[in-house]
Amino acid sequence: MKPLLNAVERLGRGSIFLAKTLRVLPKLLPRFGLVIHQLHSVGVQTLLIIVVAGLFVGMVLALQLYYTLSTFGAEDTLGMLVDLSLVRELGPVVAALLFAGRAGSALTAEIGLMKATEQLSGLEMMAVDPVERIIAPRFLAGFIAMPLLAAIFSAVGILGGYAVGVDLLRVDAGAFWSQIQAKVDFSEDVLNGVIKSFVFGFVVTWIALFEGHDCIPTSEGVARATTRTVVHSSLAVLALDFVLTAIMYN
Amino acid sequence: MTQALVQIRGLHFSRGDKKIFDGIDMDITVGRITAVMGPSGTGKTTLLKLIGGQLKPDAGEIRVDGENVHALPRARLYQLRKKMGMLFQSGALLTDLSVFDNIAFPLREHTDLSDSMIRTLVLMKLAAVGLAGAHRLMPSELSGGMARRVALARALALDPMMIMYDEPFTGQDPISLGVLVKLIRDTNATLGLTSILVSHDVAETLSIADDVKIISGGKVIADGSKEDIQRSDSPWVRQFIDGLADGPVPFHYPGEPLERLLLEDAG
Repeated sequence: MKPLLNAVERLGRGSIFLAKTLRVLPKLLPRFGLVIHQLHSVGVQTLLIIVVAGLFVGMVLALQLYYTLSTFGAEDTLGMLVDLSLVRELGPVVAALLFAGRAGSALTAEIGLMKATEQLSGLEMMAVDPVERIIAPRFLAGFIAMPLLAAIFSAVGILGGYAVGVDLLRVDAGAFWSQIQAKVDFSEDVLNGVIKSFVFGFVVTWIALFEGHDCIPTSEGVARATTRTVVHSSLAVLALDFVLTAIMYN
Repeated sequence: MTQALVQIRGLHFSRGDKKIFDGIDMDITVGRITAVMGPSGTGKTTLLKLIGGQLKPDAGEIRVDGENVHALPRARLYQLRKKMGMLFQSGALLTDLSVFDNIAFPLREHTDLSDSMIRTLVLMKLAAVGLAGAHRLMPSELSGGMARRVALARALALDPMMIMYDEPFTGQDPISLGVLVKLIRDTNATLGLTSILVSHDVAETLSIADDVKIISGGKVIADGSKEDIQRSDSPWVRQFIDGLADGPVPFHYPGEPLERLLLEDAG
């Protein structure tokens, strides 16, 4: 019973933390430079892992699908299947998992260490609201960066699929692109993927920032919080993906 | 008649089951350096956080400059905090900003001063703590003593009426210690500040304090001028001031007697 109560209590504190963060977001408009600075550390610095992972995921998808499709003589649909797999599912989900591991853990460690070294208390005593100055810009940056990273992941994945499918396995290039053009619907497939990545960006960044802000301010406490961020974010992404997919595609 | 800048009345504060303050009354007189001393874990830092409004008391009232800190709405509390500098034990410098930017930080947040004016003010504050030449360094390049001097310059940036020092002497070499003692004394005198100095370094603290409060067991066990405290014959005060291993604060942690513990093992 006690673990359940603790979980509910943490969820409550997390919700209050989120409400405080959302409330100060309008104040960031005149100071958008703070968000851009964070977009660099949350987004740009996550780019390499996203590009490399996207490339390999696309290449593996093309390989796997080609051998299945070729048994039915349906190799020409390879581009469409790679694209659909990426924009509907793998792009948002794998990008979010990588985002949680790279940017989420870094956010938790950064905020946790700022708490442990009294930097957050120092801000409060300088009459500067840490939620407004530290938390909110990172939250907005995570929310903006995640869909962009997912889009880049999918785009690079399609190029990886093209490289393997067309250049290596000799699928017709025209068929590869025309199948994508004909069968991938913008609102049904692409937009739903974008919505997913916005939701994942919101949840992962929220969890990462809350864990950092709520951690026990010791080295062990920060380490535990960082682990919790990766575990909870990954589980949340996978569970939400199921729920969103069920809603979007009935 | 002396005027109290900080008035604490009937302060109760607990962490979980542990009572930190059990009905404390205290006045911090304007323009003086008041040392708050006591053994480790007695809640000295907690007291500073209560005065700064970072923690809420279970009961009682803290007034700073006539305002009830914990009854103030957030905006007014932040206005009050601009008049209260605080020097944290770790320095609490923002690690992603240079020394210059750390001191410029409160000025940029709270004033509309031009960049050139901010530069002049920052360099003046840094010169006051002897570190103008270090303005380009990052916090990771500073020694512990230098970090505290930079933090002091930052605390002075908005020209506060009072400064709270949290264990400023802990872990300092003799030279850094001498510099910090001099800085605390000189800034208080030249800028007409009121200082609250939390420490358990008896010799250094008594060398600059005007008034001394000693806290132990959730109560103020001694309160008076430095001379009163040095003359005190209270066993609590004597044990703390003279650094005695045993006394009212026992050497042995309370628990079952050793004989019984040994018999338990044998049985």
